Amino acid sequence: MTNTKKRLNAVAQGGFWFFVMLFPMLLGYLLLSLAVGMAGIGLGLLLIPPTAVYLRRLADLRRRKVKQWRGIDIPEPYRAAPEFAPGFGGYWRKVVFHGTDPAFWRDGAWVVVDPVVGAFLAVLPLAMVLNGLYGMVISVLWDVLTRHGFNDWYLFVHVHHGNEGLRWAPAAAGVLELALGVVIAPALLDAHARWSRLLLAPTPAQIEARMKHLTATRADALDTQAAELRRIERDLHDGAQARLVAMGLHLNAASQLLEKNPEAAQKLLLEARDSSAKALSELRDLVRGIHPPVLADRGLVDAVRALALDSALDVEVRAEVPGRQDPPLESAAYFAISEALANVAKHAAADRVWIDLRLTGGLLKITVTDNGVGGADPERGSGLRGIERRLATFDGILALSSPQGGPTVVTMELPCVSSSPKTSSSSGTA
Amino acid sequence: MRVVLAEDLFLLRDGMIRLLEAYGFEIAAAVGDGPALVSALIEQRPDVAVVDVRMPPTFTDEGLRAVLEARQTVPGLPVLVLSQYVEQLYASELLADGAGAIGYLLKDRVFDSDSFVDAVRRVAGGGTVMDPEVISKLLARGARKEPLGELTDREREVLGLMAEGRSNAAIAERLVVTERAIAKHTSNIFMKLGLPESADDNRRVLAVLAYLKA
Repeated sequence: MTNTKKRLNAVAQGGFWFFVMLFPMLLGYLLLSLAVGMAGIGLGLLLIPPTAVYLRRLADLRRRKVKQWRGIDIPEPYRAAPEFAPGFGGYWRKVVFHGTDPAFWRDGAWVVVDPVVGAFLAVLPLAMVLNGLYGMVISVLWDVLTRHGFNDWYLFVHVHHGNEGLRWAPAAAGVLELALGVVIAPALLDAHARWSRLLLAPTPAQIEARMKHLTATRADALDTQAAELRRIERDLHDGAQARLVAMGLHLNAASQLLEKNPEAAQKLLLEARDSSAKALSELRDLVRGIHPPVLADRGLVDAVRALALDSALDVEVRAEVPGRQDPPLESAAYFAISEALANVAKHAAADRVWIDLRLTGGLLKITVTDNGVGGADPERGSGLRGIERRLATFDGILALSSPQGGPTVVTMELPCVSSSPKTSSSSGTA
Repeated sequence: MRVVLAEDLFLLRDGMIRLLEAYGFEIAAAVGDGPALVSALIEQRPDVAVVDVRMPPTFTDEGLRAVLEARQTVPGLPVLVLSQYVEQLYASELLADGAGAIGYLLKDRVFDSDSFVDAVRRVAGGGTVMDPEVISKLLARGARKEPLGELTDREREVLGLMAEGRSNAAIAERLVVTERAIAKHTSNIFMKLGLPESADDNRRVLAVLAYLKA
């Protein structure tokens, strides 16, 4: 029962791809042809962004339905789109962005060949079912048809007046064909799904490049983390731990002196108190370096505001980042900004800094602008490279503009995939 | 003097109760989380509250937010906020209502119990007490910024000590000058910052606020 239902569903799915989607696909084909055909006179290039968006809609629909119906997952190969400025300049960037995305051209190849190959695979079961039904109609209406001079072949049967011996053969063949169509429908629709994956999933080369990138950034992240742990261990060992030992010694000595020499004991007790204050102060600095309290309390924006208040420079913060992001991402963004600010203080000879944070379309965009001397070279200092590595773990990027004489603008972009579901920070973390 | 104490760690709460009782304070309530603190502050109306910043249920800036909330209902309710770290951001939030009677100190200032208790009393009396760590950061960068740029170095120094909650007499003693000289500095500061004539205490709070906002 359920098996039959599955098969009939597969037939219907094939019908959807052919009868509902073929026309939109052909429209995509037409758009693509216009874009490519008129590229020579420039007009076609302007058609690239809408074409890319339209093709992606079609492809995403195919991905979604194939996953839902056939259980075959087709990952998306698209590059993350940056934010485009309004006006012609922004539009031109959009043209370049889509035109140079290999995924767009693969969508294009898909829309060209799928109406032939994909459509055939999808529609074959339904075509067999319909043709089977047609055979039955022929058998039932044999008299009417042949009397009106109907003269055609149905499969191997010649349907014409005077061939009445084979009257019920089309119905019999039709039943067989219909049954065959229903039986092979799941296999063909699965083939259709795999065909879609072949054209719409990332290519092995893309996957390999991605894996190389992931391996490299993972190694960097682990190195950074290990170095960080070593630093924390050393700081604790030389700092707070040593102070606590000194405290213990002082307290011990004081307890022994309490009877004989209360004044000396008093002095030692005060020293022990000072040691504990110093240990606390060192622990505070250490904690700030690991995870700043305001970042934990309030999230990225307030942490950056606190950073700005603490800076010796005149820092202005503008932020449009609603809610909280993933804690690791907030931490990476925070330390990247902190490092950028430290760079400004060290090298730029600037006295004013503007920090802008903005979350649009799942992309966190941060710019750090200073009014310093410019001429910053990422190859020379390790600071910018360090930020870049930190961001790369999150697929973030860094761009630097620093002409001689300034101003210097550091732009950082981080994709925030899981930002939308968590807007509140007040869920319990006991 | 009646005190509401908010501290979630038992050891520290116990220690604080002993310390405050040893100095003759009466503990009106000792609570361990944000919501309980808000209701204790509003119901008990203590002479002063001593509040830890990080508490359950979120273990973030629970205490700070509870204080801000309670002070909306009871304006000028004296509160001394204690924390393992001090942030200028939080200092300016605490001072933003301009009502004074606010203290913000590192927890280890408790070690020096005399001056800690002194700070509690000054806050209870409507004064403003900022941790020297907040002040020193401000001194490090405040020089360039308006309107503090117009103050002389000496006046900035006096303003810094004022922000720590010290009286003119205490500042004079610290800087080894006469109290009259300090009074002259403070009136110059009030004038340069454009603070209107009013009770001296309130003007001191406003001056500190201008200082923190610079």
